Amino acid sequence: MKRLGFLAWALWFGYAFLYVPIALLVVYSFNESRLVTVWGGFSTKWYAELFNNDQLLSAAGLSLQVAAMTATASVVLGTIAGLALARFGRFRGRTLFGGMITAPLVMPEVITGLSLLLLFVALEQLTGWPDGRGITTITIAHTTFTMAYVAVIVQSRLVSMDESLEEAAMDLGARPAKVFFVITLPLIAPAIVSGWLLAFTLSLDDVVVASFVSGPGSTTLPMVIFSSVKFGISPQINALATLMMLVVSTGIFIASLVMARQHRQKQRDEQMAVQETVPRPLR
Amino acid sequence: MKDLLSRVGLWRRGAVIAVPYLWLLLFFLVPFLIVFGISLSEAVIAQPPYAPLVDWLHDEDAGTSKLQLVLNLSNYLRLGEDELYVLAYLNSLKIALVTTVCCLLIGYPMAYAIAKAEPAKRGPLMMLVILPFWTSFLIRIYAWIGILKANGVVDNLLRWTGITTEPFELLYSDWAVYIGMTYCYLPFMVLPLYATLEKLDPTLLEAAADLGCRPWKAFLTVTLPLSLPGIVAGSLLVFIPSVGEFVTPELLGGPDTLMIGRVLWNEFFANRDWPVASAVAIALLLFLVVPIMAFQHVQGRQTEAGR
Amino acid sequence: MAVQPIRKPTRLEPWQDPAQTPYVRIEKVTKAFGDFVAVDDVSLSIYRGEFFALLGGSGSGKTTLLRMLAGFETPTEGKIYIDGVDMAGIPPYERPVNMMFQSYALFPHMSVEQNVAFGLRQDGVPKGEIRERVAEMLDLVQLGRFAKRKPHQLSGGQRQRVALARSLVKRPKLLLLDEPLGALDKRLREQTQFELVNLQEKLGVTFIVVTHDQEEAMTMSSRIAVMNHGVIAQVGTPTEIYEYPQSRFVAEFIGSVNMFEGRVVEDEADHVLIRSEEAGCNLYIDHGVSGPEGATVAVAVRPEKIALSKEPPPGADGRNMARGIVREIAYLGDVSIYLVELNTGKTVRVTAPNLTRRTEMPITWDDSVYLTWQPFANVVLTQ
Repeated sequence: MKRLGFLAWALWFGYAFLYVPIALLVVYSFNESRLVTVWGGFSTKWYAELFNNDQLLSAAGLSLQVAAMTATASVVLGTIAGLALARFGRFRGRTLFGGMITAPLVMPEVITGLSLLLLFVALEQLTGWPDGRGITTITIAHTTFTMAYVAVIVQSRLVSMDESLEEAAMDLGARPAKVFFVITLPLIAPAIVSGWLLAFTLSLDDVVVASFVSGPGSTTLPMVIFSSVKFGISPQINALATLMMLVVSTGIFIASLVMARQHRQKQRDEQMAVQETVPRPLR
Repeated sequence: MKDLLSRVGLWRRGAVIAVPYLWLLLFFLVPFLIVFGISLSEAVIAQPPYAPLVDWLHDEDAGTSKLQLVLNLSNYLRLGEDELYVLAYLNSLKIALVTTVCCLLIGYPMAYAIAKAEPAKRGPLMMLVILPFWTSFLIRIYAWIGILKANGVVDNLLRWTGITTEPFELLYSDWAVYIGMTYCYLPFMVLPLYATLEKLDPTLLEAAADLGCRPWKAFLTVTLPLSLPGIVAGSLLVFIPSVGEFVTPELLGGPDTLMIGRVLWNEFFANRDWPVASAVAIALLLFLVVPIMAFQHVQGRQTEAGR
Repeated sequence: MAVQPIRKPTRLEPWQDPAQTPYVRIEKVTKAFGDFVAVDDVSLSIYRGEFFALLGGSGSGKTTLLRMLAGFETPTEGKIYIDGVDMAGIPPYERPVNMMFQSYALFPHMSVEQNVAFGLRQDGVPKGEIRERVAEMLDLVQLGRFAKRKPHQLSGGQRQRVALARSLVKRPKLLLLDEPLGALDKRLREQTQFELVNLQEKLGVTFIVVTHDQEEAMTMSSRIAVMNHGVIAQVGTPTEIYEYPQSRFVAEFIGSVNMFEGRVVEDEADHVLIRSEEAGCNLYIDHGVSGPEGATVAVAVRPEKIALSKEPPPGADGRNMARGIVREIAYLGDVSIYLVELNTGKTVRVTAPNLTRRTEMPITWDDSVYLTWQPFANVVLTQ
């Protein structure tokens, strides 16, 4: 990148733009002063306060619960949807199906939230279910918009996968269901894992849809953050943000280390295989 | 394979698809129909706060009953007549456009530089772009409050360098909204741009140079046109959700930063006028139909090309 | 034209024996993808123990035909019988057929051993027997010591053998091979050709191979079906296909060929005489062709069957003899290719072995030469 003066400059500007606000957030989480902008000395008291904030902790518990259920449900539904789009060719209603899968990717959250709330209200009027709104309705709403992401990830993984692997399994006597569980599923496992993580993150992050479809007593963590931020800056939020950042970046750091190691190992294996090969006749 | 599956257990395959299909029909398509229906009804003080569209009217004298359908277009008329809504729509479009352009201006050079970097470095560099996306959206917006407010980082910096002497507040203005939204949506722009730029054959540029084309000209005549699919995909990915954005203008914008997402929210939560909120949603959707269709077209073409 | 094999076979080949029943019968099979007809009304009979090649360029329909045999595609029309059983409606996992894929399709998450055992496991073969048969098969392809490796830890040639072992371990009655040597480099390919033939003879399995490489088809197979645009252009032994091509397409697809247009002037039982303006001489053939006198026909002459000389060879009578000037010479080491412009204006290609050193070669650029060939070298193309 030595020759690319402008590009290097642009790249560093971009990274600064992305990371300076986050860095400031972390620094001020250790600020003694309540005034976020004035440095009053090092302190971890906001972390202590954070762990005594029962409302926030219970909201975090609820959010984690919703996120885990959402991620699991959307992985199941999204994998089937991705499989249908990538492997089932043309079927009746494919266009509608494809449209319904990709539309939530770009649908404004206010519309998703409003429409799902109105659905739940109408359903309750007609059938008595769901009885009030809470963790179930939030999970359903989150699953609906996160399964689209899983479907797209799984679909693109399947499209790049050699279809003759599945054909070979079938040729060797495996029935379609067995082919899926023994061949397809292990090979798309990385896509499914990243789909699960993405769905989990999206669910944990959502404030708009949850605000529409949650009921009294089911306040999620983003909803708590949102209302406290609206009232102004709070160093507790800085501490919370720092912790979240820490968890996410540690996770991603470990994941990328593992992935890099696997990649290097694979390359080494491949090189060795080529080097040691001296073709010999069969007999 | 496809051919085969169409023969082997058609019904079983149908049963497999049915689960996500029905889920999407019930929780994605039907809700829109309900929104549309309610947008045509009248607000009443009741639970839920709208008048049913369809009613059984009993005629006691004749002993018969008939189905009555009341359609009420007044909610839409209000959208056209009240300046507030028109301004909100126009302002949303303006803010989304500015955000898209800002993302493109910052994101394109970044994606280009990463695609040009050594192959081993590309992964980590891209990871650094995506990493903020994995952290909370709300918290990233929140980070800017501390920077932009009076007595915040920018203000202090400006006063310390002597550029300003008065307290200077960027927060609660359109500018803050532009910055916050560009910040949040930047990864959505870089990702598809990088995907197309990385696939670009570097020998094309060598061929252009060999034929006497200067680097800048080669960029304009070769790279830029070939990366157009990425530009379109990235722009749509930023533009469409930006139009309906609620959180950023609510937290960073001033009271006069009108955006349609905010109007919808207020109609629903503050005014409890569900029919008008529904009408706003339908109108917003109509605005977005063309870009969403374009997005699906691009998306479909990309998966086809991957085959 | 009656096909005359060069040498009489010592025993009757199965396709010549009316008492034999074909093992694979393809009857008027057509496969259309939308408007595109990939395979067009193809009928073929393949016999037990054959090494049968489907030869053609890309888009000739050969792979589609193979996939219909494996059960991955359904014929739009027509029937396929394997061992007398109609295959319609039988899914691939129930067919007595195995396939070796062009990409090998080795399962990347399974070891060599697990890959080979996969098919047996589907059939519920007892564990002990699986272990035995897998070990035996791996020994046969000399991969015993690689049993625990994953596919990405193998070289291309080794992967090819794993794929072969995996498709043979179930002892299929019919093995389908889709470009089995396509991914190997040239040297390995030639060696593997012979190995495949040996293996096939040893196991007695019927092989159907799809290939675009004419040399591969010629060396390995008992019979070849040349395909073009979804239609079978010709079926025959390698010798028949090369020496007696029936159509201009087959003649040009297999090796190179010189083509002369001509008019039949004499058609007797024991010889034919064709007047060719293009060649500038009469073409004499020592056997009859049942065509009307005066008909315009094309005559094919292979480049290596033409002799070049500066003087007319002794005993030349002007038939099967043309005159021209050497325009180009390409030296290929073992042979040289001469492009000779005939006095009629047509350019003829001649290959001759380099019996002397390059510098001592008697014929050089712009020499005026005689081109002569034997009566059997003329092949009348009937289609």
